[in-house]
Amino acid sequence: MAVKDYLRERFFPHMWCPGCGHGTILNSLIRAVEELQLNKNEIVMTSGIGCSARISGYVDFHSLHTLHGRALAFATGVKLSRPNLNVLVPMGDGDALAIGGNHFIHAARRNIDITAIVMNNRIYGMTGGQFSPLSGPGVKATTAPYLTIDSNFDVVELARAAGATFVARSTAYHAKESTELLKKAILHKGFSVVEILSQCPTHYGRKNKEGDAVSMLELHKTNTAKLGSKALEENPNLVPRGIFVEKDRPEYCAEYDKIIAYATREKVS
Amino acid sequence: MAKKKLKEIVINQDWCKGCGICVSFCPTKVLELDKADKATVVRPEDCICCKMCELRCPDLAIEVLTEEGDKDE
Repeated sequence: MAVKDYLRERFFPHMWCPGCGHGTILNSLIRAVEELQLNKNEIVMTSGIGCSARISGYVDFHSLHTLHGRALAFATGVKLSRPNLNVLVPMGDGDALAIGGNHFIHAARRNIDITAIVMNNRIYGMTGGQFSPLSGPGVKATTAPYLTIDSNFDVVELARAAGATFVARSTAYHAKESTELLKKAILHKGFSVVEILSQCPTHYGRKNKEGDAVSMLELHKTNTAKLGSKALEENPNLVPRGIFVEKDRPEYCAEYDKIIAYATREKVS
Repeated sequence: MAKKKLKEIVINQDWCKGCGICVSFCPTKVLELDKADKATVVRPEDCICCKMCELRCPDLAIEVLTEEGDKDE
């Protein structure tokens, strides 16, 4: 199948701004699905609210555009009732870790077989550029005209601590790498988190004088380095990319099946 | 390994929003923005078929069509 067979072409051109990294992430994700030869009738995508959440409208899978921050809650329901389906949950940084922070850590704790994708542009784009829990200190936003003082979450460390069994990070610049990581995340049995750094030239870039989409992508290139690379060793301030966690732990749906089998066993009199 | 040969770079100008990502990151500067700020192919003979424009395009507007060429000696 060609890439376009996974898109709902009637909704294109999409509503994201020119140069928005979310489009590239959609591009990478579609290619991951295509390369894995997944049946689109066996994929469910749930999303919350925000620029990122519009992604579920553009893919020709089963899709649920749900409540702000609750994409993982809906996804948990879908997965528990139909464990054979592939459940993909793309979320924005605010959607995943502010409004939906609670759902995020508990889905990770349960290790339910869902692929969570955090499209991290460090800002609330749709509502006009408010800072998010991933903006970090010293950032200009409409709600922080004199710079933010809040520390940011590290998605990788948070997911690892909460119990996710696959955790990876890439950027919109590294599109091929994103596709490879997404493929591994989708195949992983358990809760997988892929953080993909995205660029919002309209709000974040303009306010923080990071220039247009091209120069923001250049920053993805210069400010990150592969795990285990010499560049990272020499400059620990760079943001590491790659796979941080990949391990096995009992998966929630499988454990739940065991409980059902136990509760409905034939009682020996 | 057989070297990929370019057949055509198809740009869907209805979907292109002219962000210029493909133009800036093309290693051989095959693409440019036209008067209407849409990506357009100007030097197809320089294309090395790396397909990075296709993979990075946020508007999913580029498709690089290739055919298997002669053996790369």
